[in-house]
Amino acid sequence: MIDLSHLKSDFPVLSDGVHFLDSGASSQKPIPVLDAMDKFARTSYANVHRGAYKLSVASTNAYEAARARIAEFIGATDSREVIFTRGATTALNMVAFGWGLEHLREGDIILSTEIEHHANLVPWQMVAKRTGATLDHIPMTDDFRLDLDAYEQKLGPRVKIVAVTGMSNVLGTMPPVRKIADMAHAYGARVVVDAAQLVPHSPVNVVDLGADFLAFSSHKMLGPTGIGVLWGRMDALEETEPFEGGGEMISDVTLHDATWAEIPERFEAGTPPIIEAVGLHAAVDYLDSIGMDKILEHDMELTEIALKRLGDVPGVSIQGPPDTVDRGGVISMTIDGVHAHDVSTILDESGVSVRAGHHCAKPLMRRMGVAATARASFYVYNTPDDIDALEAGLRKAGDLFGVS
Amino acid sequence: MALEDLYREVILDHYRNPRNKGHLDEPQATAQGVNPLCGDEISIELTFEDDKVSGVAVAGQGCSISQSSASMMTEAIKGKSRQEIEELATKFRAMMSLDEGEDLNLDPDRPGSVLGDLEALQGVRQYPVRIKCASLGWNVLLEALEN
Repeated sequence: MIDLSHLKSDFPVLSDGVHFLDSGASSQKPIPVLDAMDKFARTSYANVHRGAYKLSVASTNAYEAARARIAEFIGATDSREVIFTRGATTALNMVAFGWGLEHLREGDIILSTEIEHHANLVPWQMVAKRTGATLDHIPMTDDFRLDLDAYEQKLGPRVKIVAVTGMSNVLGTMPPVRKIADMAHAYGARVVVDAAQLVPHSPVNVVDLGADFLAFSSHKMLGPTGIGVLWGRMDALEETEPFEGGGEMISDVTLHDATWAEIPERFEAGTPPIIEAVGLHAAVDYLDSIGMDKILEHDMELTEIALKRLGDVPGVSIQGPPDTVDRGGVISMTIDGVHAHDVSTILDESGVSVRAGHHCAKPLMRRMGVAATARASFYVYNTPDDIDALEAGLRKAGDLFGVS
Repeated sequence: MALEDLYREVILDHYRNPRNKGHLDEPQATAQGVNPLCGDEISIELTFEDDKVSGVAVAGQGCSISQSSASMMTEAIKGKSRQEIEELATKFRAMMSLDEGEDLNLDPDRPGSVLGDLEALQGVRQYPVRIKCASLGWNVLLEALEN
């Protein structure tokens, strides 16, 4: 068993003993991340890419160092392929509106999936309406995986882009992105991956993954809110139009026209999240100091324990793969006769924080025939203690509502 | 605050055995509402006789608080005029309000309690995120009355 329990003291929020099981929504921040941001704001802060003075140079260097470090973290061969955004949602919207509006026509097909988070679904609905393209979906199998046979059937020359999650925020399912990307590329389609859950929890190498675009958020990987990343392979970014206009993103502007700056600046209109970039840099350093392979293994060990233990609680059904194959540390569950909100309130009284609701994946909820689930998600600071508390709280919920 | 104050037996009873659940044959007023954050849904159908509620039906799905609150509400409004219902709604909102709720000195068992079973919901006030669950049915009801 991988023991990361020594890390818990790095997370001030957890010092009062809370069993925090909602990292799938947002993760806690370790002291090195808080310190890096604090120190930067106190000593080196100014706007980037503008001033000729020393502070601005220091700030620009820190911002660009973060870009290079994140490129290295995800295996990008060129740090210009890392674009800082407001978060994964913004990154996915940049692809939908920057690439989709430019390249989709009536008759084209956008392929998303039934298990997608709204962030990789709703932007495509919007772009489909504006372009006349058709939105179709890769279905889910009854064992909570993507139906790759159905995917193969749906693929064809009219499919222009495939939008797929790297890891479901509801089920934990990790679809085989490499295979999905290779199949799409055989038809010349582009592939965008919502990696908001994948990048924080699994080693990722964008070259090996084979997608064209990849989106993730800092706040789910121990970094601050307000910043995320769109990675795009250079040739894919070159055929993407800027989604926002403004300062920083231009080469020249007249009263009636403008030309774009180079990549990545052309996609970063306005003052970027500079302190947050420094924080994300520190978060990536922290994650790497543990090792992403170790983090994945740790999450899997907790998932395995939890699947075993929670399955024994009366009335509890796990909504997701029952094993740890190609799966992340997210466990959605329902209890017969107890609504997820009530489960969440009762768990909270035991100091256990879980998310309850539809998890921004309403089509998936409908597909599963449930209105809401309670979801526990694991990260580096979680230990088997947290699962003990979760199990006890679930039994308490069942008792209170008379589940037998 | 103990969980037992939130999940009082009367609440659990209305949750397990919702009153006036379903649909009316010929409703004279209807409204639907959802809580987009959590997905709870409630629809209400009403009939009137002499300007008083003669029939009410509730359908929907959601947590014990939203569903039991709506169930109790249907019992409280039967035979009441619009004005009486609006007064009830005002009292209910006051009970749920963090500022005013403390002073009402509510006790569902005391003689002449205005809100009846509904007063069992006063424990919800201690769980601010759940107040909107308890209020959903009332909001939909007021909308139905406007229609």
